[in-house]
Order: sequence, then structure tokens, then C-alpha cells
Amino acid sequence: MTKKLMKGNEAIGEAAIAAGAINYFAYPITPQSEVAEYMTWRLPEVGGVFVQAESEVAVGNMLLGAACTGKRVFTTSSSPGISLMMEAMSYMAGDHLPVVIVNITRGGPGLGGILPAQSDYFQAAKAGGHGDYHAIVLAPSSVQEAVDLMILAFDLADNYRTPVIVIGDGMIGQMMESVEFPAKYREPVNPETKDWPLTGAKGRKARVIKSLFLDPKLLEKNSFDLAAKYKVIKEKEVRCELYKVSDKNRLLIAAYGTMARICQTAIDELEDEGISVGLFRPITLFPFPEKEIFRETAKANIRAVLTVEMSMGQMIEDIDRCIKGKKPLDFYGRTGGIVPTPNEVKDKVRQMLAAK
Amino acid sequence: MSKQLEVVMAGFGGQGVMTAGQLLAYAGMEEGKQVVWIPSYGPEMRGGTANCTVVISDVRIGSPIINNPLSACVFNRPSLDKFGAMLRPGGLLLINSSLIDVASGRTDITEILVPANDIAIKAGSPKVANMVMLAAYVAATEVVSFDTLNRMLELKMGKKKDLLAVNHRAFEEGRALTGKVFTMR
Repeated sequence: MTKKLMKGNEAIGEAAIAAGAINYFAYPITPQSEVAEYMTWRLPEVGGVFVQAESEVAVGNMLLGAACTGKRVFTTSSSPGISLMMEAMSYMAGDHLPVVIVNITRGGPGLGGILPAQSDYFQAAKAGGHGDYHAIVLAPSSVQEAVDLMILAFDLADNYRTPVIVIGDGMIGQMMESVEFPAKYREPVNPETKDWPLTGAKGRKARVIKSLFLDPKLLEKNSFDLAAKYKVIKEKEVRCELYKVSDKNRLLIAAYGTMARICQTAIDELEDEGISVGLFRPITLFPFPEKEIFRETAKANIRAVLTVEMSMGQMIEDIDRCIKGKKPLDFYGRTGGIVPTPNEVKDKVRQMLAAK
Repeated sequence: MSKQLEVVMAGFGGQGVMTAGQLLAYAGMEEGKQVVWIPSYGPEMRGGTANCTVVISDVRIGSPIINNPLSACVFNRPSLDKFGAMLRPGGLLLINSSLIDVASGRTDITEILVPANDIAIKAGSPKVANMVMLAAYVAATEVVSFDTLNRMLELKMGKKKDLLAVNHRAFEEGRALTGKVFTMR
């Protein structure tokens, strides 16, 4: 394996190919258009297909159709584009279809701006479309992790027959870091090895993929099936990372994605001042690391918890429900494309510690 | 204390600041260091300013956004005005004195004047002013070796032999401008 210096957006495209996903549908939008640019020349090299759709609504429905064939399919977009795909997303969840959707988030609401943000947390982690569903949500904090999580995303999507969202802020897409790809790329998945795809019913009973159930008993059953699946996902697929967590910590910071790295710098610098702070970084936003955050915040040395986000406070609602009021919880966030600096985080920590 | 060096390369669009930064990042990676290259991205107009930040570190890099970098190479006046003031005390500032006729006015940083455009024209092309500056920066910091830098240049521009020669000359001239004046901390 050799290291390459790659822009996050391009690395995300290459990672999909490494996962054997060569069917890509997209419509360009800043700050992730480089994925599509990369795919225009890279996918033909590996026998893949890139369809540039006329809109993100079309992308969503192309994914819905293509996913029915059992092949690995995916798209990349950014906030307003993702919103346009939410109808199809709900259908794909209801249809139990594997699909990977990358959201390189920009500031909102509305058309917003083009700079980094984390203001799509609710949409991603709580289901942005209608109906009782969830998508698995993976949040990388480096270009290498974006590559690793892209490959994992396709495996999870296939294993659980569910949409998976990989969510990164604009910085993950724009920055270059060194990355390594697996030495051996996966072969594209053969739909004939699965028992559900629509591959032509010749010589077998026809299969039906649908989310329309006018009989309430059948619709309720579909929701029970989805819920059973999410229960397994919650048990098996939680991922998180701890940084400098120890019994010397006076405070615990919770942050994800690029924001977690900024907090890492703040924590390193606070350590030089003799202030010990740990970092809790959820990698899966759904399933949320519920037990893990409770366990860490319940420790006697933790006096308070600080959530830092590039939003007005979204993940904090999950933190709040998980720590069950055991510790005081505070928030710091900037939004609209403004990224909190390590100094701002440090000031907030000092302020919280001084208030006690 | 970990060793981390951050540099902002800033100038007009077209002056090659992004390329110079990328080459430095490639060289850092080649030497087994952690690197981040991040462009200033946002709405910009033609002829506007462009900049990138390169972070080179011995340990896992935290924040990719550096508000107060330790060093900067400024290619035009607007970049000097913006980044000269943002440098951390004790920092290093390289100023393209071909296009900028003032200094930062700060006494708490080290300044090196690099007549990058004049040297580039002498080396054979005004386009290699970025390489003159990069070479002066590497000479002043020794953050990577010239061996690695030259190899990365050949890797990126190997196919264009004439261009490669001009770039190599630019490296030599830039390197001759200064010795090591700055240590990573």
C-alpha cells in the first residue's frame, strides 16, 4: 500500500470504487463537485457508469431504481441537494434497499452558503424523509477515515439492506491529506448471490419491492421489520472514539467530524495549561453511542459536558437524552460556514470551569 | 511538545500558491510526516486572492484550520496585509519583494524578503515565482529536504522536461537566498 495525497472529495470517489461500487448518479453542487469531476474520468476506467441527472430529485429516483437490481449504487451531494432526495430516501428505506448517500454539508437553511457546516445532523440522524425509518449515519473526521467509512458504508448497506449516509462537512471534501486504499479492490457485488434483487424473473417466482401497503396490517408489519433491523444495528454497529479520556479529566467535550479535530487541538493546548479535558467523538450518528456517552459522562471526575458543533445545537439533543441529566450540559457552536476555533473552544471550557 | 509547522501560501489567483503548497505537502508526506493541505475555499472573483494552508506534523494533526499560523509566504500586498497581522509571535514571514514594497512592521517575527518574480524571470519564466518562494521557505525552515522536494517536483512535472529545468533553477536560486533561520517547535 502506498500513500497518496488526495482531496477528500476525490478520495471518497476512489473509496467507492475500492468497495466495488461503480454505479454513480449525481448532480453537481459545491462543495463536493470534485467527486463528480473525478468520476467522469475514473469510472470509465473501471467499467463503471456515471449518470449526471437533471436534478437531485432525479438522482434520488435513479438510485431507487438502480438499487432494486442489487448492485452497489451511490451518490454524493450537499445539503440542498440532499433535501431534494429525501422522498426517494424514505422509499428506499421502506423498500429495504442498500444505497450509500454522501452529504458534504454546507451551511443552511435554504440555499444557505457553500462553506462547511454540521447543520444537517437532524436530517441525517433522525430521518429526513417521511415515515418511520432510519439510515445508518457515518461521520468521518479525516480523509483517511472518509475512505475507510465509505467502504464500510457499502458493506453495512448490503448487510442490513438499508440506506447509509456518510456525512462530512465541506472541509472533509476540500482538504488534502495522505490516504491509503486497500491493496485489493472489491469486485462489484453479483446480484445473483442475493435473494431479493429484481434481476428478471426468468425461471423463478417474480419478486416485488415496494413501500405501498394499503392494508394497515401489512404496513405495520413492514415498520416492525424495519424496527427489528434498527434494533440489531443499535446493538452491533455503534462506533465512537475517545481522545485523552482519563480520570484526570474535569470536563468532557462531545464533537464529531472536523469539529472533533478542532476540539482535539483545543484539548492539547489546554493540557499544556494544566487543564485536563477528554474528547468523545461519535463516529456513528445513527446508531448513536448512547451507552458509551452515558458511561463516560457518569464518571465521578467529570464535572460537566460540553457539546461543540458547527450548528446552533443538534447533536446536543442526543447527548442530552443519553446523559439523563446526570451532569450539567453546555453548548458552543458557530454556523453559516463559520467554524469555531480552538481558542473559542478553550475560552468556553475555561468559562465553564470558572463558573463552578 | 509536538513538532508542528503551519504555513499559509497566499497571493493572487494564478501565482501558483496552491501548487507550491501542494508540493510542500507531498514532500512532507514523502518524509513520513502527517500533512494537511487546505485551500481557502469560498466565493471568489476572478483576479481575487487565493491561499492555502499546509500543516506538517510529527503527530496526528488536530484542527486543519489554522487561525494564527506560525509562518506565511505572501505573494502580493493584500496577502501581506491580511496574513502579516495573523502570524503568531516568533513566526516567520516571507515577502515577495518584487511586488510588495513594504514590510509587515512587526518586530516579533522573522522577515525574509524574496524578490520572487525578479528571480523567476532570470531563471527563465515569471511563472516559477512560486517555486523561488517555496525554495526560500524550505531553506529557511528545513521542514523537508531539497532531495525530497526535487523528487516530488520530478514526479509532478516529469513529463515536461523544459519546464522541469526552469523549476529546478528556480529552486536553486530561492535556496541560495537564505540559510536556516527558523526552527520547528
